Amino acid sequence: MGSIRLENVSKSFGEATVIPSLDLDIEDGEFVVFVGPSGCGKSTLLRLIAGLEDVSGGRILIDGNEVTDTPPAKRRLAMVFQSYALYPHMSVRGNIAFPLKMAGEDKAVIDKKVGDAARVLNLTDYLDRKPRQLSGGQRQRVAIGRAIVREPTAFLFDEPLSNLDAALRVNMRLEISELHQQLATTMIYVTHDQVEAMTMADKIVVLNAGRIEQVGSPLELYRNPKNLFVAGFIGSPKMNFINGATAKGHDAATIGVRPEHIALSTSEGLWKGTVGVAEHLGSDTFLHISTEGVGNVTARVGGEFSVRHGDTVYLTPEDGKIHRFDADGKAL
Amino acid sequence: MARAISPRRKAFFTLIGWTIGLAIFFPILWTFLTSFKTEGEAIASPPSLLFFDWTTENYSEVQSRSDYFKHAMNSVVISFGSTILGLLIAIPSAWAMAFSPTKRTKDILMWMLSTKMLPPVGVLVPIYLIFRDWNLLDTRLGLTIVMTLINLPIIVWMLYTYFKEIPGDILEAARMDGASLAKEIVYVLAPMAVPGIASTMLLNIILAWNEAFWTLNLSAAKAAPLTAFIASYSSPEGLFWAKLSAASTLAIAPILVLGWFSQRQLVRGLTFGAVK
Amino acid sequence: MATLHTRSSARLMMAPAVIMLLVWMAVPLAMTLYFSFLRYNLLTPGLEEWVGFFNYKYFLTDPAFGDALVNTLLLVGGVLLITVIGGTMLALLLDQPFFGQGIVRLMVIAPFFVMPTVSALVWKNMFMHPVYGLFAYVWKLFGLEPVDWLASLPLFSITMMVAWQWLPFATLILLTALQSLDEEQKEAAEMDGAGFFSKFVYIVLPHLARAITVVILIETIFLLSVFAEILVTTSGGPGTQSTNITYLVYTQALLQFDVGGASAGGIIAVILANIVAFFLIRLIGKNLEA
Repeated sequence: MGSIRLENVSKSFGEATVIPSLDLDIEDGEFVVFVGPSGCGKSTLLRLIAGLEDVSGGRILIDGNEVTDTPPAKRRLAMVFQSYALYPHMSVRGNIAFPLKMAGEDKAVIDKKVGDAARVLNLTDYLDRKPRQLSGGQRQRVAIGRAIVREPTAFLFDEPLSNLDAALRVNMRLEISELHQQLATTMIYVTHDQVEAMTMADKIVVLNAGRIEQVGSPLELYRNPKNLFVAGFIGSPKMNFINGATAKGHDAATIGVRPEHIALSTSEGLWKGTVGVAEHLGSDTFLHISTEGVGNVTARVGGEFSVRHGDTVYLTPEDGKIHRFDADGKAL
Repeated sequence: MARAISPRRKAFFTLIGWTIGLAIFFPILWTFLTSFKTEGEAIASPPSLLFFDWTTENYSEVQSRSDYFKHAMNSVVISFGSTILGLLIAIPSAWAMAFSPTKRTKDILMWMLSTKMLPPVGVLVPIYLIFRDWNLLDTRLGLTIVMTLINLPIIVWMLYTYFKEIPGDILEAARMDGASLAKEIVYVLAPMAVPGIASTMLLNIILAWNEAFWTLNLSAAKAAPLTAFIASYSSPEGLFWAKLSAASTLAIAPILVLGWFSQRQLVRGLTFGAVK
Repeated sequence: MATLHTRSSARLMMAPAVIMLLVWMAVPLAMTLYFSFLRYNLLTPGLEEWVGFFNYKYFLTDPAFGDALVNTLLLVGGVLLITVIGGTMLALLLDQPFFGQGIVRLMVIAPFFVMPTVSALVWKNMFMHPVYGLFAYVWKLFGLEPVDWLASLPLFSITMMVAWQWLPFATLILLTALQSLDEEQKEAAEMDGAGFFSKFVYIVLPHLARAITVVILIETIFLLSVFAEILVTTSGGPGTQSTNITYLVYTQALLQFDVGGASAGGIIAVILANIVAFFLIRLIGKNLEA
């Protein structure tokens, strides 16, 4: 079991309020991603759940039991740190065994569990190495190994992939997702990368300045962002926001159109513009277009689309894919 | 990137380097050599550098006449005792400042540093009187306490700069892994900090061994460590250079070796981490 | 950044060190301050009385104080001059690759580990002795009249001894700072056409500036309290020619048993040291933030 419930949780450091009062429910077995720009309080929120920081107000419940004043060691949670936080003076085996040793397990049990974890994570050949002799990806796996041997109620990940290079990041993303499928344990994952959030999460919690902007499944957030912040944060490339007369025409202060929801043509369309930069990726083409009366717009076309800097193109937003926002940024 | 250095340039610097190095080291070398001469040879003119009858009688005489080992033991007890006592007090304190800093941590560190800058004569009179009244004058215990206190700021500072380099994440990971505060310090912090603690110890032993204000003023015959013992050779009666050299060699040799091993840490400790 | 639990254990763990230092610093200092306003001599116990600023007036108008102050400044200044300039040159030398570099380095730093009493006696007897000293021998070799160093040039001789002990300190710190200089920065300067001297003036010296400041400040703190070297060589003499403030306070307290006068001297020494400490603390504090 691993349901986590936050009630009116708030946190301030001295004068500075990092998290105003906030409520959140996490179901057992869910993969929840906290996402937001840096400084939005997502890591602090994770550390509050872990017990590495005290809450300034409110309650935290795990499986219905209040743990607000329980020290981290007794919350039965496991955490994977951004820096991996491996113990440099212990071998891989020592690192993975450490939580079991702290729990006072038998030597035989420890050996078996460490062996199992190493097999799952492809670390069997490296058990006697020191962390500094491992590559970034291997270190990451040791950190995960150290977390899984404890069979915790929930896993906490604090930006675990941000120190890896791009290719490895994609691999580890898949591995963590697979791990979640296998273990079916609650996982809370903090990242600033919306791609990680979209690809891994059952449920995304978008945070901004300590407040929850929206909670929902990846596609819910993509389809129906509640406000300008979520609309701009989820999706890549970013949603185009258009103000002024064009927006007024849709009875809104601002309208938003995703780059992939714009039809492009060299001959006819609603808005006329000039290509500034064309990024040809092969599978997609991203065009940065300055459009008369509408402003700068990014558009995405599947496959190849042969235009160059200075060419004239016509843009038409797809019907029913236009997001409307009021003057406060709320979705209409 | 290493660049090729012309052999002539290298030869030039080798010559200069060795000349200056030997000149600076010469007094120590000379003391060492003199300790193996007879008193007559020690003051001979012209002085003999290497070609004399080597003898070790000065060493046995230093021991039999003035009980060298008693004073050496005083030095050992005072310097090691004060270092261990200082570490016991400083480790928890440095842990707290490095891993649970508050707004006042920096002020406390600065204040500790400032106590080190208090000139000893500023407190000589009251300390002397207190020691006299509490019968601590000329005792190993009294000197150990003073040595602990005067070096405590350096110990705290050095440990603090070493602890600061240990990522807090790792301690938090231990906490998440179910370690209590005591286990966190024993299994994770201490092994990681061993090099730092060892070099702090080394530097502090050196400083305590060579301290020569309090030891001269607060000790007489009984608890006098080597600094005070050597000072007793200053009375100008007779010529005793060979014996003085033997006693000096014994007094500085162990600490010189320790010092050579701790060059880097020395810089760090003596500049309070301002130069690494 | 921690929980209440760790914070309160932290406070508890810090307490012993803080309390011990507080007692060590505050109690004796307050006592010194109190004594400095008393007529208090250990030879005439029971006659203590409040005399206001008399001790300060006595101490400050004593011609020995003026001499001691000048001697202190000359000693500190002389040693600083020798060690900073010599140390910079030695550091530059030791930074060059040559055969046996490591051994030379060990030889150069060795004097720092020699206890002050040993260094003073070795210099006094084996080098500066007017008849049997090595210097006397060398002087005679060149047909010169040997100098009685400690009698005719006492302060200069002590300055030399102390400088010999502190030269390694300056060298070691400046060498460490020198080696932290980015190699690419030096190469960039060479690409820009800088020769040895312009490289030294525009790149190396500014880089060393902070380390030099640290050396000056820390040495000053220690040099204000030079004591053992004076005690075992000249005992402050002849007359007051080699008496510094520390030594003057010592004679006042433990040779003349004048607790009141010595305390006033101690307080004056504290004030002098504080002026230096003020700058040092600011420098290190700034570094702490970085």
